[in-house]
Amino acid sequence: MATNVELTHATGTATLAPRLTPFDEVAKFARTKPLGAAGALIILGMIVVAALAQTLAPYDAYEADYGAQFARPSAQHWFGTDEFGRDLMSRIVYGARIALFVGFTASFMGCTIGGLLGVTSAYLGGKVDLLLERLMDILLAFPQLILALAIASILGPAVQNVVIAISVPIIPRAARVVRATALSVKEHVYIEAVGALGAPRWRIVLRHIVPNVVAPYIIMLTAQLGGAILAEAALSYLGLGAAEPTPSWGLMLSGSALSYAEKAPWIPLFPGIAISLGVFGFNLFGDSLRDALDPKLRSKG
Amino acid sequence: MGTYIIKRLLLIVPTLLGAAILVFLIMRVIPGDVALLIFGGDQAGHIDPKQLAAMRERLGLNDPLVVQFGTWLWGVVRFDFGTSLWTGRPVTEELLIRLPLSLQLAFFATLVSVIIAIPLGMLAAVRQDTWVDYVVRVFSIGGLAIPGFWVGILCILGLVIFFGWGPPLEFTPPWVDPWANLQMMIWPVLTVGYRYSAVTTRMTRSTVLEVLREDYIRTAWAKGLQERAVVIRHALKNAMLPVITLIGTEFAFLIGGLVVTETVFTLNGIGRFVVDAVATATTRSCRRWCS
Repeated sequence: MATNVELTHATGTATLAPRLTPFDEVAKFARTKPLGAAGALIILGMIVVAALAQTLAPYDAYEADYGAQFARPSAQHWFGTDEFGRDLMSRIVYGARIALFVGFTASFMGCTIGGLLGVTSAYLGGKVDLLLERLMDILLAFPQLILALAIASILGPAVQNVVIAISVPIIPRAARVVRATALSVKEHVYIEAVGALGAPRWRIVLRHIVPNVVAPYIIMLTAQLGGAILAEAALSYLGLGAAEPTPSWGLMLSGSALSYAEKAPWIPLFPGIAISLGVFGFNLFGDSLRDALDPKLRSKG
Repeated sequence: MGTYIIKRLLLIVPTLLGAAILVFLIMRVIPGDVALLIFGGDQAGHIDPKQLAAMRERLGLNDPLVVQFGTWLWGVVRFDFGTSLWTGRPVTEELLIRLPLSLQLAFFATLVSVIIAIPLGMLAAVRQDTWVDYVVRVFSIGGLAIPGFWVGILCILGLVIFFGWGPPLEFTPPWVDPWANLQMMIWPVLTVGYRYSAVTTRMTRSTVLEVLREDYIRTAWAKGLQERAVVIRHALKNAMLPVITLIGTEFAFLIGGLVVTETVFTLNGIGRFVVDAVATATTRSCRRWCS
C-alpha cells in the first residue's frame, strides 16, 4: 500500500513537470471543467455589470416616474417598470452591486474568522480546543437562516447589518472544516521540525499551518458565496435585509411585488432570474473548484 | 469506548446550556420594551408610567438577569414557553397548532427529495463527465441557486393567472380530507423537495464515485456481473451510509428552511410563526429555536 501511494505520487509529479503558465491553467480548467468555466463566466459578467452599473443602467434606480407605472417590458423599459415607475432593469443592474458586496464581504468575514478560530483551536488543542468547539456547536445548533434572522432583527434593517447577520452563521461551518484539515497538518514532521528549531507558536501557525489549510478555506469561501447572496435575498424578502428604496434583488420580490404580481408578473420575474443566475454561477464555480482542489474527487485516472 | 461515549454525551450539556444562554440573550437584546409592547408600543399615546412599572414588575423584568434566565430556563424544561405577546395565547399551544403542518411539509419534502436525489446522483456518478452528469449537476445546482420563495411566487402566479385557482387557506390534516390537504401542500412540498434534493443528489454522486473506485467493485466487474448488479447491489448499498446520515441531519434543518417557504405560500406553520414573531418583536417565541 505504501509503495503504491509513493508510486502514484512520483508519476503524478512527473507528468506535471512542465510548469503551467496562469493562462494554461485557465485553459486547462475550462477544458476539464466546462461547468466551472460557465460559472466563472457568469460571475465575471456579474462583476462587469456591477462595475459598469452607471453606464449600463438606462435610468436612475431610485427615481420614481409616475407617468410610467407598471409599464410592460418594451424597448424603453426592457424589464418593465414597478409600481413607482422605476425601471426594473436599472434596479437589477444596481442590485448586482449589493448582491456582490454582501456575498463577498459576508462570506469573507465568516470564513476568515472561522478559519482562524479553526486553526487556533486545532493547534492549541486541549482546553482551548474544547471550549471553542463547544462554542461552534452552540452556533451550529441554530439553522443558518434562523440565526441570521435573529441577528438581523437585533441589528435592524441595513446593508452592513445584513453582512454581519449572514457572516456569523458561516463562522462555525468554516471553523469545522479548517480545523479538521489543520489537525492533520499539525501532525506533520515539518511542523515538529520548526517547533524544534525554536519558532514561536504564532509563527508556526501563521507561516506553516495557515498556508496548508488555504485549499479548504478557498473551497469554503466559494461555497458560501452563493449561499450568502441567497441569504441576503431571503432576509430582504422577509423585510429584515436592505430597506427600501435600496435596489436589493430580494427586496424587489417582497411585499408589494406580490400584490401587484397578477397585474404585472414581470415585477417578480426578473429579480428572481437575476438571483438564480448569480447564485447558480457561484455554485457552479465553487463546485468545480472543489473538484479541482480536492484530489479525492478527481475523475478516474 | 464506553467512557468515550459517556464523555461525548456529557459534553451535550454545556452545549445545550450555551445555546439556551444565546437564545435568552438574543431575546433580551432584540429591540423593543416588552412591557411597552403590551400596552401597544410607542404609538399608543399616553401610557401611565405607574402601570408600565407594574407590568415590568409582573413580568419579572426588574429582577437580575441571572434570576430571569433561571426562571425562563425552568419554564423551557417544563415545555412552558410563556405567553405570546402577539396572540395572547401560550407559545406551547401556538406551536402545537402549527407543528403538524410543518412536520408534514418537512416529511413529504424529504420524501420527494430522496425520490429525486438517489437515482439522479447514482446516474451522474456512473456516467461521470458525460452529458448525463452535466445535466444532473446543472439540475441539482439549480435547486440550490433558485430561491424557494421565488419559485413559490411563480407557482402561485402561474396557478392564479392560468387556472384562476388559489390554494386553500385553511390547513386540513390529511386524515380529515386528504384531497384538500394535497391541494394545499403539493406546491410547497415540491418546491422544498426540489431544493433539498440538490444537496442529497450531490452527496450521492460523490459517495458513489468514491465507492466505484474500491477494489471490491473491480472484483464485481471481474466476476462478469452486469452493470445493474454492480452499481445497485455493490456500489449503491455501500454508498448509502453517508447519504442516509445527511438525510437525517437535513430533516432537522429543514424546519429552519421552511421559514421562507411558509411565508410565500401563507402556510400557518412554525417557520411563519417565527417570522411573524420577529416582525412584531414578540421576542418570547424565538426561544423555540434551540434544537
